[in-house]
Amino acid sequence: MLKQAWKSSQKRSSKTMSKSGISSPRTPYLLLLPGMGFLFTFFIWPIANLAQTSTQTPVAGGDTGSYEQTLRWKNYIDAFVENKEQFGRSFLYAALATIFALTIAYPLAYAIAFKAGKMKNVLLVLVVAPFFTSFLLRTIAWKQILGEQGFVVPFLRNLHIIAPSTTLTSSAFAVVAGMTYNFLPFMTLPLYASIDRIDPRTLEASGDLYANGFTTFRKVTLPLSMPGVVAGTLLTFIPAAGDYVNAAILGSPETKMIGNVIESRFFKIVDYPTAAALSFTLMATILILVTVYIRKAGTEELV
Amino acid sequence: MAEKTSIHGDLRLSNITKSYGDFTAVNDLSLTIPEGSFFALLGPSGCGKTTTLRMVAGLEEPTRGTISLGNTDITFTKPYQRPINTVFQNYALFPHLTIFENIAFGLRRRGIKDVKEQVDKALELVELSHLAGRKPTQLSGGQQQRIALARAIVNRPALLLLDEPLGALDLKLRRQMQIELKWIQKEVGLTFVHVTHDQEEAMTMADTIAVMNEGEIEQLGSPADLYDNPKTAFVANFLGQSNLIKGTISGNDGDNHIVDLFGQKISLAKNRSHAVDNSIYAGIRPEKFRISRLSTPTSGNLLSGGKIEDVSYIGVSTQYQVLMPWGQELMVFEQNDDAVAPFSVGEDVNISWESGFTFALRGDEDAEAGMEVEPEEIIEDDE
Amino acid sequence: MRKVSRWFQRNLIRIYAVVAFTYLLIPVAYTIAFSFNNGGKSNLIWKGFTLDNWMNPCGAPEVCTALGNSIKIGFLATLFSTILGTMIAFAIGRHKFRGRSTTNLLIFLPMATPEIVLGASLLSLFLTLKINPGFWPTVIAHVMFCISFVVVTVKARIASLDPRLEQAAMDLYANEVETFRRVTLPLVAPGIAGAALLAFSLSFDDFIITNFNSGTMTTFPKFVYVSAARGIPPQANVIGSSMFIIALVIVILGQVVGRKRAVK
Repeated sequence: MLKQAWKSSQKRSSKTMSKSGISSPRTPYLLLLPGMGFLFTFFIWPIANLAQTSTQTPVAGGDTGSYEQTLRWKNYIDAFVENKEQFGRSFLYAALATIFALTIAYPLAYAIAFKAGKMKNVLLVLVVAPFFTSFLLRTIAWKQILGEQGFVVPFLRNLHIIAPSTTLTSSAFAVVAGMTYNFLPFMTLPLYASIDRIDPRTLEASGDLYANGFTTFRKVTLPLSMPGVVAGTLLTFIPAAGDYVNAAILGSPETKMIGNVIESRFFKIVDYPTAAALSFTLMATILILVTVYIRKAGTEELV
Repeated sequence: MAEKTSIHGDLRLSNITKSYGDFTAVNDLSLTIPEGSFFALLGPSGCGKTTTLRMVAGLEEPTRGTISLGNTDITFTKPYQRPINTVFQNYALFPHLTIFENIAFGLRRRGIKDVKEQVDKALELVELSHLAGRKPTQLSGGQQQRIALARAIVNRPALLLLDEPLGALDLKLRRQMQIELKWIQKEVGLTFVHVTHDQEEAMTMADTIAVMNEGEIEQLGSPADLYDNPKTAFVANFLGQSNLIKGTISGNDGDNHIVDLFGQKISLAKNRSHAVDNSIYAGIRPEKFRISRLSTPTSGNLLSGGKIEDVSYIGVSTQYQVLMPWGQELMVFEQNDDAVAPFSVGEDVNISWESGFTFALRGDEDAEAGMEVEPEEIIEDDE
Repeated sequence: MRKVSRWFQRNLIRIYAVVAFTYLLIPVAYTIAFSFNNGGKSNLIWKGFTLDNWMNPCGAPEVCTALGNSIKIGFLATLFSTILGTMIAFAIGRHKFRGRSTTNLLIFLPMATPEIVLGASLLSLFLTLKINPGFWPTVIAHVMFCISFVVVTVKARIASLDPRLEQAAMDLYANEVETFRRVTLPLVAPGIAGAALLAFSLSFDDFIITNFNSGTMTTFPKFVYVSAARGIPPQANVIGSSMFIIALVIVILGQVVGRKRAVK
């Protein structure tokens, strides 16, 4: 009762604070105007425009690339049916990459947060550092390391771990591995941020209260690091689902993802409506998945 | 800016009310704090003392009522327009500025000329001149506390507000700072308004204490007044401990009432009674009681038929719980001065005291008001 | 034997971390190593050590043009997104206003939208408006996707700011403007600097959105992607390695300065 009253008093007090802090009630809107105007013009409007493009059809007898609005909703069905394999692959690869990245990043983040001691900052820099070498250069480096002319493949072949005809690149494995690698820092940093915030005494308390290592992890560490898990998986899954660079560099025609299709529809085939319909479907699917995921994970305050 | 410092005089709060939605933090509070005094607002969490202080500082606006300093109404002026400075809870030192610049902050804003000289003087006052070049994070809690004080005092405000200034210090340091603060107040001659939930701290430092509860002032007076003759059960329990025994006034004897406590008669000075009718609570502080074996003759008021329930030896005194025939346990503090042999659990005893120590409260009060005080930081600490 | 297994158990997570770091850094090491390769144009196989590539990083055609474009775009995108994003962060972090949750949503959405959709939708808008893709459309695209990251970074810093510091400033005779200039801004500055660094690296490294909106203009990532098929000239490795080293130096300097400030 008192607590509630105090909460409402806090709300009020921060209100009066900002009132006396910076005088005019118009101030926040003035601060927002330029940035929000920019986002409306170059984010919302393009998305709306994309939605509009998605139901267009070619102008009869017109040039390549000229379309008119005919509200052909079937574009969506056609685009989806034609590319359902690539859709499925995109979400499968993205999910796999997310799971692998989480598996690699969680212990890593835990080690940095709790076991690194004075090395903490150095290790954090090392996690972020690869991010500054162009990700394309690193992806190509993997291609060359794992390629026919690299040292890994001959080595494994000599040991008879892989058959002489097996390659490591141009495969689904390589694409997923590449994505896992590329998004690893995006997974590690939010995980680190939330694990680092855990008071190590809570873990000791759990041990004191008869929980073994595994139970402590499941009942204390993991729940407390959930915000990091949610943020990390989103930061990995979302870009991974729309990625086409890894598939283009490390994959083969059999590993094409929806990103590759959208890209080629835009640039090679100049089929804007299909590209738009695919983009829109991709975005909508991701948004729905993200919403459901955030609700399930119970982490409302993400941004 | 010059006219700002010329405002001075008594601080007067008139019918101040502050509500947040349905919740009234401060209710129709009127209070005058004389210039030059060391005044304490004492009360448990959420009693409205910090809200009152923030309204004086200008960080909150009252819903109703006026605040004036001398003859100037300052109710709605901005914090930076008031000749009032605050020592914040947890100090709020600027982490990006050196100690010197922290103290110089107010002087520079006011366009004072001899900043260096004044800052040096303030640093000398708190005996930390050697730390001028450091950053706040490199200082200990006690040092930060003194810098926060210097940062406020250097401006020679008409009024200095202290918001739980010693709350973050450990006990020993707190005692030391209490004495130091009192000395500094005398030295600089400013009006200090001190908000605290620690009754001992308030009693050590202030010349006048206002005990607040649920947005209102329960009682105002000198520390001795409040302790010896509390007006309400809340004050009786919040300031130290009290034994409150239900009774009725059954007769008069000159300047005294005769009071019936569960069949035993005691006397009570009429001018120490705050009761409105015959139903009262008789109050006696635990250290005023004397325990005696049944055979020992006693003077003053006497309650017989007690039985020792519990004994705790705590060095300066021994604390006894004595079970009375009507089922109430009374708390008794006895000096360990070897005058009487210690009592042991189960012993049958009488309790006596000088009748002048008795005070009386209204019989319809809640005898347990003010006894349980919830942890401070959760609620009082705003944000 | 038992001792060994106990040591292993106790250090399992450290061993794991070492392996993970090796995985993270192998391609970086490879990139740096091959920047010293005397491999001519394709740079696929190790042919011997040379410093030539480092002495003459602009030796391969187009590398430096692409790099120059990337730096210009990165600089402009950082400047604009930092200004716009910081303003939004202050509005959200320091004020209560109607439409706050809508604002938050609008900040979150670009981060939840795949890059390819951002790139494709902007391109289709530019095409509709008959604006040719190129330098400025790319800058606009980069500002757009950087703003959200700036907002989130600066907002976190503002949220960690103790409001009592601002109250203390006002108590000490600083009016609203002075309070902002002397207390709020200096305390939020590290967050703004971090946001700017993040924006620059996001912009510099971006390929997908750039590829859609840059038309015929090359940027460094675009150059790498296009030349990947026939082999990347070692000069590209030189630039990649330099970026890595520069970033490392900036971060370490930031740490040292931060620590010095704390000590002094």
